[in-house]
Amino acid sequence: MKKDGSPKADSQWPLWEVFVQPPGGAPHEHAGSVHAVDAEHALQNARDVYARRGEGVNIWVVPTNAITSSTPDDMGPFFDPGNDKPYRHPQFYKVPRGVKM
Amino acid sequence: MALDTFEYLIRLGDDRLVLGHRLSEWCGHAPILEEDIALANIALDLIGQANLLFTLAGDAEGAGRDADALAYLRDSLDFRNVLLVELPNGDFAVTIARQFFFSVFAMLQAEALMKSADKDLAGVAEKMHKESRYHVRHSGEWMLKLGDGTEESHTRLQDAVNELWRYTGELFVSDDVERRLVQQKVAVDSSAIEARWREQVNEVLGRAGIQPPEVKWMQRGGRAGQHTEHLSHMLAEMQILQRQHPGASW
Repeated sequence: MKKDGSPKADSQWPLWEVFVQPPGGAPHEHAGSVHAVDAEHALQNARDVYARRGEGVNIWVVPTNAITSSTPDDMGPFFDPGNDKPYRHPQFYKVPRGVKM
Repeated sequence: MALDTFEYLIRLGDDRLVLGHRLSEWCGHAPILEEDIALANIALDLIGQANLLFTLAGDAEGAGRDADALAYLRDSLDFRNVLLVELPNGDFAVTIARQFFFSVFAMLQAEALMKSADKDLAGVAEKMHKESRYHVRHSGEWMLKLGDGTEESHTRLQDAVNELWRYTGELFVSDDVERRLVQQKVAVDSSAIEARWREQVNEVLGRAGIQPPEVKWMQRGGRAGQHTEHLSHMLAEMQILQRQHPGASW
């Protein structure tokens, strides 16, 4: 902490978010984050930290500060309106007789 | 023939075991968590390779020694690794330069060994080649970052290269054991690797802004069991458990 109480600036290298694609063509999943000075370095660190036991076939690394995230304040306006609109789910609709599943 | 093969496999295995152990000394001390894991990964790769090579060596010798016996129950006089890999870790630049010099050599060597007439060795070489390609990529990137980084990192890397250069010549020394196995298409002629090694290493040194030192006289001795004092100290630590509690396992 600094004297004014604000958190100390991160003295480490920039942060990167790591997305690993599991074998079998499934979509990339967020695995965690690593510190690295550039993209190649981030890829190598991601490989060493998150993909050394055969977890993946492909890795994406993205600078953490390039990600725009919704905030807790957005919770209501973003997600609540869906709650009373069950017709947005396919299960809402009855399948007409005669349609083969 | 079997003894030549044993000797050759021990050389390959000792290079990797000793360097792997040296790298493991960084565990918990590397400059940043990610690098700590990266160095430990490379250490484990090398020790895993040594394990396979020692198993083949034990079979070739036919005296009932397994990989553990070869790793933990030999004295420094019986080790056949090049001096380069037994040198202390020094600072991070020394560790990286040593790793880069060895990894480029190991990659070229493994690439050629994949065509060995000894099918078991050829199989291990395929694994070694894959792993060493990553080791070259990892240490090569660091060579560029340190060489082209701050004044301090540049100076440290140049110092490291100056210090280690005289130990690189031994990588390319061929002898009768090797030549006999080369004739049988089992081994790789180490001296034939030198030109490509120089080309690849100089290319990276150039991009890193590091001057290749002009060293006329190269250190050697490891392949004949004449080691620096550092190896005995390292082995004392590495072998103490098996020496004090023979056969201990968990």
